[in-house]
Amino acid sequence: MKLAIRLNKKVNRSWQVDALLFLALAGFGSFMAIPLIYVINNAFKPLDELFIFPPTLFVRNATLENFANLFQVMKNSWVPFSRYIFNTVFITAAGTAGHILLASAAAYPLAKHRFRGSKVLFTVVVLSLMFSPHVTAIPNYMIMSALGWMDTYQAVIVPAFAYPLGLYLMKQFMEQIPDALLEAAKIDGASEYRIFWQVVMPLVKPAWLTLLILMMQMLWGTDGGSFIYSEQLKTLHYAMGQIIQGGIARAGVGAAVAVIMMTVPIVTFILSQSNVIQTMASSGMKD
Amino acid sequence: MQKVKNTAEPLIQPRLSPSGLRNYWALFGKDVRRDKHLYILLAPYMVLFLLFTVLPVVISIIFSFTHFNMLEMPRWIGWENYSKLLWNDDVFLIGVKNTLIFSVVTGPVSYIACFLFAWLINELNPKLRAFMTLIFFAPSISGNVFFIWQIIFSSDSYGIINGFLMQLGVIYEPIQWLQDPKYMLGIIMLVQLWLSLGTSFLAFIAGLQTVDKTLYEAGAVDGVKNRWQELWFITLPSMRPQLMFGAVIQITASLAVADVAMALAGFPSVQYGAHTIVTHLVDYGTIRFEMGYASAIATVLFVMMLGSNLIVQKLLKRVGE
Repeated sequence: MKLAIRLNKKVNRSWQVDALLFLALAGFGSFMAIPLIYVINNAFKPLDELFIFPPTLFVRNATLENFANLFQVMKNSWVPFSRYIFNTVFITAAGTAGHILLASAAAYPLAKHRFRGSKVLFTVVVLSLMFSPHVTAIPNYMIMSALGWMDTYQAVIVPAFAYPLGLYLMKQFMEQIPDALLEAAKIDGASEYRIFWQVVMPLVKPAWLTLLILMMQMLWGTDGGSFIYSEQLKTLHYAMGQIIQGGIARAGVGAAVAVIMMTVPIVTFILSQSNVIQTMASSGMKD
Repeated sequence: MQKVKNTAEPLIQPRLSPSGLRNYWALFGKDVRRDKHLYILLAPYMVLFLLFTVLPVVISIIFSFTHFNMLEMPRWIGWENYSKLLWNDDVFLIGVKNTLIFSVVTGPVSYIACFLFAWLINELNPKLRAFMTLIFFAPSISGNVFFIWQIIFSSDSYGIINGFLMQLGVIYEPIQWLQDPKYMLGIIMLVQLWLSLGTSFLAFIAGLQTVDKTLYEAGAVDGVKNRWQELWFITLPSMRPQLMFGAVIQITASLAVADVAMALAGFPSVQYGAHTIVTHLVDYGTIRFEMGYASAIATVLFVMMLGSNLIVQKLLKRVGE
């Protein structure tokens, strides 16, 4: 009886520290949120409000003028704004889909089988988590030009298929699938491909959603790097850069593009949040 | 059968004797044939991974020993790029200094912040937890919205900070935040921190949710007195795998600071105030086209990333001891 009471008793927590910690959380939370709130408000500010002194955080007379102007401004440019949207959506969709498919196909044998070379290959992938893409930017440029992929969509899309982070997370997640399930499928006569496609893939839905978030966010924000030159192939990020260069006069329009840019990844994250957390739980690196 | 003569040799090096070697390859071939479906599943990813990640690293290391400007054939010059880089390039040293300041400040701060916020958020009820996760994670996924800081720190009185300080009467003239080397580095660090609660933050939140709850009860029985002891003796050791993963991601990101610096302080920045190793790399690689030299810079960065990862992983093994 005495033991049961002790087990239920929570470890000593003073409310003063509680209050202090949550005050800190609220403080830093607003530091994180204020710039985003500011940019959203700016997107709805009419021109005269953008130039008030002192500047205000919140919009008073909200208007959709900036969004309308956005299409107006871009109408005069050589490439219609919808083309930038199409490019970004296309690159994001193709790159993300390909990455999820190829990374899962590669993760399944690494997670659930031992075969010659599997350890070495996985070690190389883990090592490559340790350097940033900047290190390989120049040789990649040469490889693209050797392949003749300069100024094409695939120069951005195909390398995205093989980012190391996706394979790593997918493999860690697939390791949790019970072996018994796979053996049962094997006894029923399923080939490795069928096991992968019909047993493993449906089970790792949370992991796909995580890769979806990470890849989508990365590709959605791409400016096409150093590979894309033609105006009609450029992305939304590039168009945003051009608009922001216009300076303070375009501040409202710039904010409108920014809101469009950030809405898509944030909404996707909200929709898949619980699945994402589930995947990241298995992200750990064993020492 | 003639190979019987060699029976004395296999005692010393069994694998290299001709028959041993043949057996080895026969076994190897058999294994590969047995697992061919696995290799087929693995192949598409691995081909692209080798082509766009491993091959570039190898090329980069090889080119770092050559003089190469994209016009003439590469010419082998040995360690010359490295000696020039480390002893005769003052701007590179500024870049190294700034990069180290960045990574020593933002690296640990953002790593600890990631953990601390994840830990605090984990104590909230589920609805509030989801909301706070979103608030902290939003900056890092909203992509290039960090340009907003350019407006916040704008050097005229329309900049929010300048406007605010002028209204309070702290300053009378707008400060040129992003042109003055005195402030530049600090502001970039601030923005970098704002952006840094990304993948590892999520990994920590997730890791915290999977810590075995019975461990806390057992800990209470064993005499854990307060939340700090609980954190050090139970929570942190249970999360060691996630802590490792987070460290790799954070170190790599903090050594590669460049995009924010270039976007906010301009490129090149005034008096190289916000110059980093990566901006130096961009300078030589995409503006001056000195590819050999740029490759040497990339290789130095690569070695730094690997080295600091190894050190930090060693340190993390001691957590909770």
